[in-house]
Amino acid sequence: MAEVLVYVDHVDGAVRKPTLELLTLARRIGEPVAVALGNGAADTAAALAEHGAVKVLTHDASEYADYLVVPKVDALQAAVEAVSPAAVLVPSSAEGKEIAARLALRIGSGIITDAVDLEAGDEGPVATQSVFAASFTTKSRVAKGTPVITVKPNSAAVEAAPAAGAVEALAVTFSAAATGTKVTGRTARESTGRPELTEAAIVVSGGRGVNGAENFAIIEALADSLGAAVGASRAAVDAGWYPHTNQVGQTGKSVSPQLYIANGISGAIQHRAGMQTSKTIVAVNKDAEAPIFELVDFGVVGDLFDVVPQLTEEVKARKG
Amino acid sequence: MSLRIVVTVKYVPDATGDRHFADDLTVDRDDVDGLLSELDEYAVEQALQISENSDDDVEVTVLTVGPEDAKDALRKALSMGADKAIHVEDDDLHGTDAIGTSLVLAKAIEKAGFDLVVSGMASTDGTAGIVPALLAERLGVPQVTLLSEVSVEDGTVKGRRDGDAASEQLEASLPAVVSVTDQSGEARYPSFKGIMAAKKKPVQSWDLSDLDIEAEEVGLEGAWTAVEDATPRPVRTAGTIVKDEGEGGKQLAEFLAGQKFI
Repeated sequence: MAEVLVYVDHVDGAVRKPTLELLTLARRIGEPVAVALGNGAADTAAALAEHGAVKVLTHDASEYADYLVVPKVDALQAAVEAVSPAAVLVPSSAEGKEIAARLALRIGSGIITDAVDLEAGDEGPVATQSVFAASFTTKSRVAKGTPVITVKPNSAAVEAAPAAGAVEALAVTFSAAATGTKVTGRTARESTGRPELTEAAIVVSGGRGVNGAENFAIIEALADSLGAAVGASRAAVDAGWYPHTNQVGQTGKSVSPQLYIANGISGAIQHRAGMQTSKTIVAVNKDAEAPIFELVDFGVVGDLFDVVPQLTEEVKARKG
Repeated sequence: MSLRIVVTVKYVPDATGDRHFADDLTVDRDDVDGLLSELDEYAVEQALQISENSDDDVEVTVLTVGPEDAKDALRKALSMGADKAIHVEDDDLHGTDAIGTSLVLAKAIEKAGFDLVVSGMASTDGTAGIVPALLAERLGVPQVTLLSEVSVEDGTVKGRRDGDAASEQLEASLPAVVSVTDQSGEARYPSFKGIMAAKKKPVQSWDLSDLDIEAEEVGLEGAWTAVEDATPRPVRTAGTIVKDEGEGGKQLAEFLAGQKFI
């Protein structure tokens, strides 16, 4: 059976959920071989094996943390040359897409970004993408070379599928370009204790109607009652009420959770682009004419300052 | 010292219009009004700020690849303050994908001459956000991308890249490719004077033969990816809308409980 390379996104050995989802998709095409780089690379093996990796290629060097993107491209290229895979799958993070793009160019392959589903096809893997602010769904395949495909979070279920997960050292020689862009400083983001926005099963978002940074506390309280991530519309971020890392929309994150709760968000195309593929959508808005209500499974026309705290209390009561 | 900045911009269908696909599954660019991609306005803005903050002799060139109408995007950038423009236009480019576009842009950038390439974080139609990385790979220069803050001094570009897990300070020597996000600073509106001045600024037109690119390397036939199917997303079935009469939060909780979210 053909091997499929899966690029592992991990933090000091802790594998992030989108990588485990990639393993589910990789198993539809062939045998997953994982590539883990940097500090803690070998520590990823147990989790990867449990979810279907037959092999885990690892390499650690200071270059991965000290320089931007290119050292990882060098390593992934070395893995492609060692394995000759049927496809290369990479998580669709900002960095993942950049790594994938440079790899595709180097190995003479086409690239598909932001796939939301993947299946085996007669002429190679067929990727589903959601385009034009999720108003269209396309199916595409890579026409030349080894398909390089980046996949968005929440595109597949994480499945247990125990495999060998044998750790092998990957031999990597860094290119002259590897040290081109130096990372001279790094400030880790403060943890909020909430799930990662793009990976969360439930997202609770606030928009213009929240009307002030201090009022986001009621959005956060609802999120915490549900174990959800917090999102914000561009209007709320531009106003300085909530950080840009939490922005949902065309120029922010694109999310596809099981449940999306939009509070005080009108639902302009810019926002819809980032949340329209959510499975269930509910909204609270004062304006009955707000376009967000065209998308919802359930909507409440009312003041979010009345409705949201009542909902939070009700959630807490029901969860006991 | 001189500093040659090339800003890559894209002419895109208006996101508020009815964007759709043509019969050959390429993006229909005829039926929907086009404009300079909003995210590229930030690139033009940062290039102009680098120019204004520099003691060097800086020239800002805007470059686009696209059909005749794409000149509108160049005009907008020129009216914001760019010095000159290059338009790569060729019928054989129809259907070119990101890998092909990066080839055309890279050849044009090399022909124009550059010390710094500034791009937006992504286009508002394709949204992949990979062209800046592809340009760095093709041009063989450092990639300093997704910057919320950028500065150039003494042949070095510095910037701040805000990722999900951390915020990173980056540094590279020129020549380099940078891309900037929508957090890099609001783009200026063209002034009346700027709009008038733009009419007199030079717009050069190149075709594929000017760039030594064969037709087979680009276009729909030369594309590295094939779109096999495009279907409109099914319209969401109308949901239940209630007016809050004091019980709105409870009604919403009832719905969520019914869906097993609580």
